[in-house]
Amino acid sequence: MSLREKLASGKFVITSEIGPPKGVDIEEMKRNAELLKGRIDAANITDQQSSVMRLGSLAGCCLLKQWGLEPVFQMTCRDRNRLALQSDLLSAYILGIENVLCLTGDHVSLGDHPEAKPVFDLDSVSLLQVVKKLEQGHDLAGKELKGSPRFFVGASVTPGADPMEPQIIKMEKKVKAGAQFFQTQAMYEPKKFEEFMKYVKHLNVPVFVGIVVLRSAAMARFMNKNVAGIFVPESLISEIDKAESKAKKGIEIAARLIKEMKDMCQGVHIMAIGMEDRVPAILDAAGL
Amino acid sequence: MLVSELKPWEEILGYLDGESKVFIVGCKGCAEVCQTGGEAQVLEMKQKLEQQGKTVTGYTVVDFLCDRALVKLRLRALEEEVMAADSLLVMTCGVGVQATAAVVNKVTHPACNTMNLGGARGEWRGTERCRECGDCLLDITGGICPLTACSKGLINGPCGGAKDGKCEVEPDVRDCGWHLIYQRLKKLNRLDKMKTIVAPKNYSKMEPPKQLRSTIMWALEQKERR
Repeated sequence: MSLREKLASGKFVITSEIGPPKGVDIEEMKRNAELLKGRIDAANITDQQSSVMRLGSLAGCCLLKQWGLEPVFQMTCRDRNRLALQSDLLSAYILGIENVLCLTGDHVSLGDHPEAKPVFDLDSVSLLQVVKKLEQGHDLAGKELKGSPRFFVGASVTPGADPMEPQIIKMEKKVKAGAQFFQTQAMYEPKKFEEFMKYVKHLNVPVFVGIVVLRSAAMARFMNKNVAGIFVPESLISEIDKAESKAKKGIEIAARLIKEMKDMCQGVHIMAIGMEDRVPAILDAAGL
Repeated sequence: MLVSELKPWEEILGYLDGESKVFIVGCKGCAEVCQTGGEAQVLEMKQKLEQQGKTVTGYTVVDFLCDRALVKLRLRALEEEVMAADSLLVMTCGVGVQATAAVVNKVTHPACNTMNLGGARGEWRGTERCRECGDCLLDITGGICPLTACSKGLINGPCGGAKDGKCEVEPDVRDCGWHLIYQRLKKLNRLDKMKTIVAPKNYSKMEPPKQLRSTIMWALEQKERR
């Protein structure tokens, strides 16, 4: 069953993400895919995450398919103009990739090529519209396509943003533009997530709550200081700080968060960031 | 010399949909030379709006609408007429619209598209405020330009990168443009505008004809010939 079918059947879905390597050595990527295979429903392949130049998302998605794991093709508007984005969407479809996640993308100044020219010809909302147009047999310029693709298209949202309202307004626009599912930024406060889900109930769209696996107190503090929309409460920070095994505690906290938020949404999106080997243990502990 | 052209009449009328009273602001600087916002065009606009059943609560033509301090001074003298209006219609370049929006707590509609600033930035110094995109979006963004205020030039709302109202690019000094737009629209009770899906921009409009870029005289002659 595809991600689309699983969601339609009412299954609580599990997605995770895999970052392609910086270079062409795909051994680690393959290992991570094998660790996750059979345990999750689909894996996002990040698109030069944090504006760091890497192996491409489209190639990564193809590899994932070969390895027997369903990919979610992440697409940002940072590096490609409307021609390239549309062309890559057609290419993805031809290569058998159904799931696409439309993102704005980090600014190039955050990555390892800060001298680059940022593109942002389209944004996440117009990229979603482009997908819909292609599906309807036309490109953005209105020109007819010879054969049209079909996708299962998603978007992202940051429930922890302060204020929350601009995020919700944009989420509404994304739904209007064609988003069929949402993956969220990491959430460590079930109460806040519950409140968010109440706000977006009227949109009637599946939401997968984001979980970033904690590695240490320092990592949590770093995220609190530097990552937009992420807030790790002090209670969790001290919990992991005091723990003898940070790895075990990180797994325990992630599993607990999943259990607490599971009934509020339609899926979970686990971002392990280099600790993919901990994902099966998290899922075991969460009873998934 | 900042070259502007009037937006299509239907677009201007669309902005005023649901509003009955409007105050018109013109500019004796570049907009007068371009014949988009001088006294003659302001009076013509007044007449056209009245024919549509709108009430024009007043109008003024400021020497340089891109001079924020001057706009503030001039509008203060006309406070009663300004505050009696539902909104302001500003007939000049993008800098002038933003200068007006910055000093009046009212919805500010742009009547013009800015074609080319000719290398100038107007009299409101300090930062780049208008990107000469040729299809002004200031109506739906509360008079704050998303192309210059947002580091990514996003036109459909904020990305997920802002923290505490600051942009991910230079969090110490740079505000998130969309946070400013959100706050402004919320204050004006017009968050509905933020919900509009804006179609991808026509970036070819940002490339004015080479001649226009090289000589302003040529541009003006072209305009006169039209």
